[in-house]
Amino acid sequence: MSISIPGPIVLWLSSRYENLELAQAVLEHVCRVRGIGTDAEHWMGVALREALANAIKHGNRQDPAKRVYLSLGGGADAIEILVGDEGEGFEASAVADPLAPENQMKTSGRGIFYMKTFMDEVTFARGENGGTLLSMKKNLDTSTQKGVNTP
Amino acid sequence: MKTSVTTRDVGDVKIIELHGKITIGAGDLQMREAIHAAVTGGSMKLLVDMKDVTTIDSSGVGELVGCYTTATHKGAKLKLLNLPPKISDVLTVTQLITVFDVFSNEKDGLASFS
Repeated sequence: MSISIPGPIVLWLSSRYENLELAQAVLEHVCRVRGIGTDAEHWMGVALREALANAIKHGNRQDPAKRVYLSLGGGADAIEILVGDEGEGFEASAVADPLAPENQMKTSGRGIFYMKTFMDEVTFARGENGGTLLSMKKNLDTSTQKGVNTP
Repeated sequence: MKTSVTTRDVGDVKIIELHGKITIGAGDLQMREAIHAAVTGGSMKLLVDMKDVTTIDSSGVGELVGCYTTATHKGAKLKLLNLPPKISDVLTVTQLITVFDVFSNEKDGLASFS
C-alpha cells in the first residue's frame, strides 16, 4: 500500500501559547496520514512545542502582532519541521549546557536540549527577514532514528 | 485532557494530583500555584502524583525544579508519584530523575515520609 505524502503544510501563527495546541493538532494529522507511530509522534510533538514556545517567548517576546512561521513537510523518509520568528535572532552556541552541574537546578534552559534529544537533526539559521529559522528533522527509518536512551 | 490540579490529604501528607499537559502557559502555572499554596499553607510533606500527566515540556520541568527548590528551602519535602514512562524519560535525559525521590505506588510514597 502506498502512503500518501502531502506537501508541506504552512501556518503563520500569532505569538500566543494557545497556538501550540493548533500546531500539535496539525502535526498529529500529518503523522496519522503518514502512518507514523505514536512514540515518534509524541517526541516530535514535544520538540515542536519547544520550538514554537521559544519562537513566541524568546523570539517574538510574546508580541501577538509578530508571527511565527511553521512548515510541516518532508519526504518518504523523514518529517521536516521549520519554525521561524520575527525576533532579533540568537546564538545557539551560547546556550548553556543544562547537564552541567551548575545548571541542573535552574528553572529554564532545557528546551533546545530536548529538541536535539528527540529529533535527529536540529539546525539554527538567520531567517530571510531576520529572526531565527529553526530546522528539525525526524527520520522515519527507526534504524537511523535517535531515541530516548533511558536506563 | 484538560489540565487540572486536585489535592487531597492523607494524614499529614498533601497529595497533589496533576492531570493533562504540564506545559508553558497552561499546566506549568497551575502546578506551581498548587504546590506553592500547599507549602505556604504549612504542608511539609508533598507527594506530586503525575499518573494522569500526558505531556511535560521544558517549562513544566523548570517549574517542577523551582517548586522542589522552594519546598526544600522551606524545610518541606517534595516527592514524585506514578511517573508515566514518557514523563520519566523527559526527566531522565536531563538527569533530573536523580534529584527527585520517585515512587510507583502511593503506599510506598506515603511510607517514605515516616
